[in-house]
Amino acid sequence: MVTPTALEAELFEVAGAVPDPELPVLTLQELGVLRAVRLGHADAVEVELTPTYTGCPAIEAMSLDIERALHAHGVREVTVRTVLTPAWSTDDISAEGRRKLREFGIAPPRAVRGPGPVPLELGPTRSGRTTGRTPVAAAAGHAVPAGSAAAVVEPTQASAQTPAEAPVAAADPIRCPLCGSAETELLSRFSSTACKALRRCLACREPFDHFKEL
Amino acid sequence: MTRQAPAPTAAHTTTAALALGDDALVLSHRLGEWMGHAPVLEEEVALANIALDLLGQARILLSMAGDEDDLAYLREERAFRNVQLVEQPNGDFAHTIARQLYFSTYQHLLYDRLAAGRSPFAGLAAKAVKEVAYHRDHAEQWALRLGDGTDVAHERMRRACTALWRFTGEMFRPLDGLDLDPAGLEPDWLESVGGILGRAGLALPEGPRTGAWTAGAGREGLHTESFGRMLAEMQHLHRSHPGATW
Repeated sequence: MVTPTALEAELFEVAGAVPDPELPVLTLQELGVLRAVRLGHADAVEVELTPTYTGCPAIEAMSLDIERALHAHGVREVTVRTVLTPAWSTDDISAEGRRKLREFGIAPPRAVRGPGPVPLELGPTRSGRTTGRTPVAAAAGHAVPAGSAAAVVEPTQASAQTPAEAPVAAADPIRCPLCGSAETELLSRFSSTACKALRRCLACREPFDHFKEL
Repeated sequence: MTRQAPAPTAAHTTTAALALGDDALVLSHRLGEWMGHAPVLEEEVALANIALDLLGQARILLSMAGDEDDLAYLREERAFRNVQLVEQPNGDFAHTIARQLYFSTYQHLLYDRLAAGRSPFAGLAAKAVKEVAYHRDHAEQWALRLGDGTDVAHERMRRACTALWRFTGEMFRPLDGLDLDPAGLEPDWLESVGGILGRAGLALPEGPRTGAWTAGAGREGLHTESFGRMLAEMQHLHRSHPGATW
């Protein structure tokens, strides 16, 4: 374990202040993707960056922006290295980052208790069973064919056979970032980017993005 | 007499990196073919996002085996090591979902196990398993919705699951370079897929899970007819304009 020098800490601040190219309200430090800034020989600096999602195309823009910022700060040689371990998690987003996301209209991710998908729900299907893991009122305005076991709302069991699947705190609702209501519904589990899901507030009726837990 | 055998671990890692990388690359391309054709906009976005995750995995895995672009764009069909399941055409939406269900369930089990190991794949697997959990969930929700849906949806889902069944055995064959035997994933896979299909009002299809003529198939470089056409489209630009950039 090497303690960063004062200069390294200063350069970390400079690189960390670079805005995220996709969500410019957040800095890379708040997003938690900047892992280390190390001073090599002379004024050569090595930066360790981790992608949010494996396929996130923003990582290249981030690297370029970091290089530019450090060059502007007087560093001659910058190498940005992508590291995968330990895997980034939405828990790495700082409290300030979460506040900014909410202010920007994106519901921040909830704390992750373990890897795996968040329990989500679609409407009831023909036989009256829900497709999600959370019971949904089968009578919530959805037509259920007569004679089907509409009353039996049978939550799908979290597949015991899939490993490492401890859902995020299900009791912790995703709140509308606009009005704060806890009554929101899922529209699509993938939104404008892989890291977000599209939801709608049932109180103010506004659609909004939710930064999915990862 | 000196024997210059390549370091076995490195060569085996390349074998596995190509196999897993090609799985991700080819499935990513197939999902990308839905762009502009998906049934609804949200679903198009979902499939594109899943494709992007897979492309990210493919880039890292193929880079472990060589130059990612050369490997993706300049290899002939027989040099690809993906399982035949992922190269199967999209078919109708039910076919795509059945393919996703079969593959993402396998990939989730595989990455979860790899993440706990010490192979060179552990780091990527630990990261990607969290993404694949969302892919698997997406496939599960749709399998339930279609299987437990209208008569037409139910029948299409049943037909798709049956049609792709014979490609599912290949995923569990031994693969050099992994610190696990994929055969060990099979009981969990059968239980997971069987459970989902059961809840969808369907059942695990019957019949062989490998065709006699496909033995070893994709992992040995033997592919099905449509794969050549897919590659032609995927590689055309790079081959026609070598070194082209945006």
